[in-house]
Amino acid sequence: VSVVAYGGSGVSGASWPGVRRRLMQALALTVALLVGAIVLVPLFYVVVGGFRSTGEIAAQPVAWPQPWMVHNYTEIVTSSSFWHEVGNSAFIAIVATVAVVGTGAMAAYPLARFDFRARGALYALFVFGLIFPAGAAALPIYLMLRQLNLLDSLLGVALPEAAFGLPLTIVILRPFMRAIPAELEDAAVIDGCSRFAFFWRILLPLSGPALATVAIITFVASWNAYQLPLLVLSDSSGFTLPLGVANYYSQYTADTARILAFTALSMVPALAFFVLAERRIVGGLAGAVRG
Amino acid sequence: MRLVGSADPRREHLGAGSAADHADRTAIARRRRIRNGIETGLFVSPALALYLLFVVGPLIYAAYFSLYHWSGLGAAIDFVGLHNYVLAFQDDLFRASILHNFTIAALSIVFQLPLGLGAALLLNRRFPGRAALRLVFFAPYVLSEAIVAIIWLLMLQPDGLVDHFFRAVGLGGLIHLWLADLHIVLYTMFVVITWKYIGFGIILFLAGLQGIPGEVLEAASIDGANELQAIRHVTIPLLGPTIRIWGFLSIIGSFQLFDLIWLTTLGGPSGASSTMATYLIDHGFRRYQFGYGSAASVILFMISLVIAVLYQGILLRRDTEGAVTRMVA
Repeated sequence: VSVVAYGGSGVSGASWPGVRRRLMQALALTVALLVGAIVLVPLFYVVVGGFRSTGEIAAQPVAWPQPWMVHNYTEIVTSSSFWHEVGNSAFIAIVATVAVVGTGAMAAYPLARFDFRARGALYALFVFGLIFPAGAAALPIYLMLRQLNLLDSLLGVALPEAAFGLPLTIVILRPFMRAIPAELEDAAVIDGCSRFAFFWRILLPLSGPALATVAIITFVASWNAYQLPLLVLSDSSGFTLPLGVANYYSQYTADTARILAFTALSMVPALAFFVLAERRIVGGLAGAVRG
Repeated sequence: MRLVGSADPRREHLGAGSAADHADRTAIARRRRIRNGIETGLFVSPALALYLLFVVGPLIYAAYFSLYHWSGLGAAIDFVGLHNYVLAFQDDLFRASILHNFTIAALSIVFQLPLGLGAALLLNRRFPGRAALRLVFFAPYVLSEAIVAIIWLLMLQPDGLVDHFFRAVGLGGLIHLWLADLHIVLYTMFVVITWKYIGFGIILFLAGLQGIPGEVLEAASIDGANELQAIRHVTIPLLGPTIRIWGFLSIIGSFQLFDLIWLTTLGGPSGASSTMATYLIDHGFRRYQFGYGSAASVILFMISLVIAVLYQGILLRRDTEGAVTRMVA
């Protein structure tokens, strides 16, 4: 919209401003492509490198595979450890997401719509978590999990992740739930709806978009998490995909091609998810910050 | 995070009764209050339990154990007061780690802000392939730190892809041991960090740009502003709140920095890329100094808190006063 608006189309005609606009456009495109290349080249390097042999890569880092070899990929896809790690990551991410959406929505409802004395303090307590750096929490969380006998358990990763997802969840959900008109709730109450029924049958469905945003943010964060799983899951049977990638790297340090293939495969779920949910991830992150 | 003025959604209309009803009404009101309290408790308690157990609890744990000399095994009995804190601030490596965190935060603001803003302004224009390019810019942001770290580890190896690129463009003389040179490694890591997180900034700035009404820019053009002037005097000031929030998140993120560093250098060589987070994990888990590591955790927490409070107080307060709406309206 804006380009046309202040590019000087109107009376001035197509003369100097028009040329300048086209120049700017060309410059913009060049820069954009350059930056695009900086992002894409490493990704291509990984995917293509997985089809080469380690010897080839060492001799010439930038080249097409000759010939294309799939055995690095097939070996990983047919190994059980890769799928085991995908499964662990998925389990943790799903548990964390369900926990954060469930408990977060329940807590956001009274924080948005009830009147009680501790409301401000309670909300402040949750918001405070936004600035609690996960890096500072990792060590004491480990101690806490050991106390609770949750070390080396997938729940031991999922529950703290959910807890740390709560602040953002409540910050996003509260204004959304507050914006739902009071008349709607009054009408529901007159019809004999309890607060629980209102929450379950009216508020939750109406909060769908905000819940989806929260769910996706939590899921992606959990799927990518490294530090907490690293500390909590010491047995390789519990490894998540990020731990698996790092482990594969140290296990096959000398075999670059294998590492590239493993890394490429581990990118697939995240990138596929991103392509499918891009609008919601982008909209959600942007909205979360503005909310 | 603005606080919207609250209107109690559940106003109780008890009706204006006579004085005789008074006792009845207070009884009803009390019952209602109790019920309100119970219902609130039921709704809030699962989240509160989770939060107290895994967010507030660990903080208290850390504060407690930071006062002990403790290997993490058995009970903590060797009370040393604030000695761990004194030790931490006396350790050159810990002070260097704090400095590294501040360096990364400063570099992020100085380099990523113009870069991200420029990219967002580009992507806000119309040109063929824009949607695809957007997807590309954001891709690194959704990849895990582990993947990003491994990719760059491989590319930055001596004689790896990066070195070949430098030679190909005739800058072979600039080649260093990117991850092993004491004076380079922190900046190498900053490049990796930028590659990974710049997409997040672009997302935010784009969202901010789309919130700027076209009429404002039209007005600027009618007043004779060219495009660059319009960007400088209209777009960027209107993006102020978004930029400040990005800055906040970027700084907080810089202080949490762990994954990328740990996976590529473990904070090395000889501490040249260590951050507070890698330092405390190194001491807690690899050297079994859990009391000391807890003290470092508390220091990291306090620094983050002070910065957050200062930043909120100085820069973000304006945003809650509706700077945008006032300027636009």
